[in-house]
Order: sequence, then C-alpha cells, then structure tokens
Amino acid sequence: MPKNAARDVWVGLFVALGIAALTLLALNVSNLLTLPSAKGYVISAEFDNIGGLKPRAPIKLGGVVVGRVENISIDPKSFRAVVAMNIEPQYSIFPKDTSAAIYTSGLLGEQYIGLMPGAEEAVLQSGDRIAMTQSAIVLENLISQFLFQKAAEEDKK
Amino acid sequence: MIEFLARLGGGVLHALARLGRWFGFMLSLLPALPASLLRPRLVVDQLYQVGVLSLQIILVAGAFVGLVLGLQGYSILATYGSAESLGVVVALSLVRELGPVLTALLFAGRAGSALTAELGLMKSTEQLAGMEMMAVDPLKRVVAPRFWAGVIAMPLLAALFSLVGVLGGFAIGVGLLGVDSGSYWSQIQSQVDFHEDIVNGVLKSLVFGVVAAWIALFEGYDCLPTAEGVSRATTRTVVNTSLAVLGLDFIMTALMFNV
Amino acid sequence: MSLAAHEEGREAELAAPFVEIKNLSFARGERLIFDNISLSIPRGKITGIMGPSGTGKTTLLKLIGGQLRPDAGEVWVDGQNVHALPRKALFALRQRMGMLFQHGALLTDLSVFENVAFPLREHTRLPESMIRDLVLMKLNAVGLRGARDLHTAELSGGMARRVAFARALALDPQLVMFDEPFTGQDPMTLGVLVRLIRSLNDALGLTSILVSHDVAETLSIADQLYLLAEGKVVAAGTAEDMRSNASPWVQQFMQGLADGPAPFHYPTDSLHADFRLSAPEIRA
Repeated sequence: MPKNAARDVWVGLFVALGIAALTLLALNVSNLLTLPSAKGYVISAEFDNIGGLKPRAPIKLGGVVVGRVENISIDPKSFRAVVAMNIEPQYSIFPKDTSAAIYTSGLLGEQYIGLMPGAEEAVLQSGDRIAMTQSAIVLENLISQFLFQKAAEEDKK
Repeated sequence: MIEFLARLGGGVLHALARLGRWFGFMLSLLPALPASLLRPRLVVDQLYQVGVLSLQIILVAGAFVGLVLGLQGYSILATYGSAESLGVVVALSLVRELGPVLTALLFAGRAGSALTAELGLMKSTEQLAGMEMMAVDPLKRVVAPRFWAGVIAMPLLAALFSLVGVLGGFAIGVGLLGVDSGSYWSQIQSQVDFHEDIVNGVLKSLVFGVVAAWIALFEGYDCLPTAEGVSRATTRTVVNTSLAVLGLDFIMTALMFNV
Repeated sequence: MSLAAHEEGREAELAAPFVEIKNLSFARGERLIFDNISLSIPRGKITGIMGPSGTGKTTLLKLIGGQLRPDAGEVWVDGQNVHALPRKALFALRQRMGMLFQHGALLTDLSVFENVAFPLREHTRLPESMIRDLVLMKLNAVGLRGARDLHTAELSGGMARRVAFARALALDPQLVMFDEPFTGQDPMTLGVLVRLIRSLNDALGLTSILVSHDVAETLSIADQLYLLAEGKVVAAGTAEDMRSNASPWVQQFMQGLADGPAPFHYPTDSLHADFRLSAPEIRA
C-alpha cells in the first residue's frame, strides 16, 4: 500500500505538470490572451484591392492593435471588397473621418489595416463606414507603373 | 514464378487478415472501455507506468530538439535578417508537428514496446487464460486501463515536450546567440494561434495516443505466445506505430493547416 | 412437494454426474483431437484423465470451461450446457469452477497474497478484513500461510502450484480442474500435492478432474479414471480396472514400456534403405 501511495503522488504530479504545460503553451506561447473579446463594435470599409488581407488580421493605430478583421466580402453594387472590422470597445474614439489603409508588416510579412485618425468631433459608432480607404499595394501594379513612367520619360527626351 | 506469386498472394492475405483482427480487437475493446473507468486505481497504475516513466526521455529529448531547432533556425533566419523570428520558428515547429509526432515516436519505442511485451508475456504464461477461467474479462482488467493510460498520457507528454523545446530554443537563441528575449516571446505570442496551432497540436497527439496504444495492445494480445513471438511483436509495435503516426500526421496536417 | 419427494429429488441430483461430456468432437486445424468421445465425471470424486502427451488433455479442460467451442457434441456442467450459455451466465458458471494451470499462471505483478485475493477482489465486495481472513485460510489449507508476502518470482515451481491451488479455491468452487499438476516436481512436492488434492477434495466436497500422465500419482488418488488416446476413450474404470486391463495398449501406458502398440520408432523408411545396406548384412 505505501508503494501505491507513492505512485499516486507521481501520477498526480505528472498529470499536473502536463496540464500546466498545456496551459502555459496556451497562454504564453499563443495569442490566446491577446484575443479580442467578442464584444467590440463593428465598422466597415471598402477597398479596391485587399491584397493578402485575411480574417483575424490585426487593425492597428500607430502600431498598436485595436481590433481584428471580422469578415471580408464583396459589395455587389460597387464591386469593391467590404471589410468588416471588430474594434475593441475601449477604443470608441475614432473620428468619423478616420481613414484606413492596408499595410504589410515588414517586407514579406502578413498584411494588416492601419487606421489614421481624422479631425472631426463625432466618433465612429457600430455599423458606420470608413469613407477614405487605401488599397493594398499590388506588386504588379507598382512595376507596371514604374515601367510606364520610365517609358514616358524616354518619350519626352 | 508461380511460387513467387503464390507467396505474394499469401502475404497479402496474411496482412489483410491481420488488419481485420486489428479492427476486431478494437471493436471488442470498445465496450470494455467505459467499465474500466470505474476502476480508477488500475488506470492510475498504468498512467504511472506509461506516463511518469516516460517523462525522462520525453523531457530530455524535448530539450535537445529545442536546442537544435534554435541553432538551425538561427543560422537560416540570420541570412535573411529575420533572426528575431526565431521564437516563432521554434514554437510553431514544435507545437504543430515535432511535439506530437516525436512524442508519439518516442512513446512507441519506450511505452508501446513495454505494453506489447507485457501483454505478450502475460499471454504466453497463461495469465490471460487464467483470468478468463476466473471469470475476469482480461480486456476489462488488463487491456482497457492500459489503453486509457496511453490516450491520457500522450497529449500531456506532447505538451511537456513542446514547452521544454520552446525553452530550449530560448536558452540557445537568447542565451547564446543574442536574439532579443522580448522579441522571442512577443513574436511567439502574436504568431502562434491558440485554435489553429495549440488545439490542433493537442488533437494530433490525442489521435496519436489512440493509435499508439491500440497498436501496442493489439500486438501484445495477438502475438504468438512464445519468446520469439513476443520479440517479433514488440518490433512490429514500434515499426507499425511509427509508420501509422507519420502517415496520420500527413493527413491531419493537410486537413488542419490550410496553406 | 412432500419432504420424501424432495429428499428423493435431492439424492437423484447428487447422484447425477457433475460434468457430462456427450459425443464431443474437436479438431484443431487438420488434426482431429477428439473423436466423438463421451465422459461422465461424478460429483464429489476425483476423476483422472490420462493419456500420452499431446492427446489434448488440456484442450479437454478448456472445452469444459468454455474457453474453446467443440465442433460437435455437448458439454454439460451441473445441468447447464456450457456452450449454449450467454456470456454472463458463463462467467457465473466459471466462478464455480477453479482451474489450476500447468505452470500456475499466477499474475506476475502481484504478491502471493494478492494473487489469492484476486478472485475475491474481482467478484465480491467483501471488506478488506474478511478478504484477509479468507486468503489466509486458503493459504493455510495449502500450507503456505507464511509465504503470503513473497513475490511470484521468489517461488519454487511446487510452491507456485500450491499458491495457484489456493487461488483456485478462493471462491469455494464446486469443481476444480488440475492441468498436469505433477509434471516436473520433486518427490516431496509430489507427495504434498497428492495429499492436498485428496484431502481438500474430501474436506470441501469438491469434484476434481485431474489431467495427468503421471501414472503412479494419479492412480493413487483417483476414484475413477479415463484413458484417452488418439481422440478416443481407450479405457475407463477404477484404478484396479486399469491395472488389470487386458488391452496391450493400456498395459504399455500403465507400465511405461518403451515399445508396444505405440511404436518406439517414428514411422519411416526401412533401415536398409537409409543406410544403403543389402538385407543379409543386418544382424538382428
């Protein structure tokens, strides 16, 4: 019987350690703690091209994460991409003329939405739409733009 | 030529018969599983044998794998100037793949072969037959607790492996190679997704646990009750579990991680 | 029912054989192990089943216990057809049978005490103190009460068999089956085992089936004997019947003769053919 008691302790320790490891992994190694609450208000914005933007991509103001992309769809009338953004409730501070642009983090990183606050006094509420948007930079367009410019310069000479 | 074909055909039939018995074994085991949970003492004893006694190899292996990942990861990332992402490389490799898979392979070698040998020896010394004659169902008394122990222990062991690996990567990267400690952890926290990575990793290790325990117990239960039979069975356990784990890993990765 | 009728019924029940094997046939692969045999094991007595190695005596015990299914025929134990029973009833029946395997079949991860306590723990909810008393009683009956804390690896062959005997008796069975209990034992252990089997059978009112090829020992305690060979019952009766049986086959077995109806030489080509000799060179 004493042998059994010792074993019980070891097994209990093992299971406790395992669960602790799982918890640590979940909390410290993953983004569980930084997940936004399901609450938060939803605003939307239309883009010509969202590039590589994915749902759950971060929405940042000055580099600080203030929300996540909730949903990406298409507006059948304007043929533009509509991005629904879930902003954390403590940040209901954005003026109505805030603009949104799609940036890339680093050179080859994933894409996110950056918000640039405007100057109006009225604040964005749930369901509002951001008017001024800038689409993601598409590399091919950039290159063709560059080549076009080069060709135009050549022509001028 | 005919003889070769006959042997080939015989081999295929033999393998198919084995596969059939393997499934039949699980079907017989399923009804015994809930009953054995009513005897927690047995499950706890097996958890000790299978889990606690595997800790040594799992933790040491996890540490070394983490160290190696740190070294290799650093050397490659440094050429692209992305050494700060070392944490992400180490954490994702471990949590998504190496943790569950390597733990399962080590488990097969250490605990799986032990389970097979034990069951095979019990069979060859007529202990299982003796139990049957005493009106005790060996599936409930002997096999089911070992199965539960394998299934419960595997995700715990995989989590410990991954955690120790991440710490190992930290030790080498931050301690030795000069990666910024803040970036190590913050990059990990932003890039490793709970649902996509951690939960999938746990799911994988649960599946591996079921498969590893299933194969190990079947080989022991089904083996020829001789010395040679038992030794062949333990070899088969390690080989078959390894192949099954690697194959299932591919399938699950394809399903879970949409590239 | 009147008391007399009840008494008569009870007597008839007690006189009926405990185990009846009717027209049993069993084959393992190609080999026919039992060919339409019939046996009757009387209640309260020791019945010996003898025969050369490989006649399937252990198989017979497994058929009685329901671990194997016959290809034809029936096995009746205490008025129940063993192979027609549903699983639960079969398990209940097995609790009334004890079996002593050839090598003991003790559970190697348990001590002697725990081994004997095993059936009690599995099938009863008796309190620990009662289990302790019962186990010690059983161990005492086989003379091993002092060995209760030994581990199975520390037991000699004879001791292991005695512990297995105690375990077989743990649930107070009505039938005990012994599979080759005397094989490979030294004379003293043999004496102990023989004495135990006989005295416990009588003291506990057991029905014992003793499968063995140790002629002397078996004859000394069996009330009734069957001699099996090549899947058939070759002889049946008391020890005296066996000794005075006229059949040359039975005599060869009983006296342990090297050659007789069961030949010494495994059937093969003649000596001349193998050693390339011509007939006259062989000297008889």
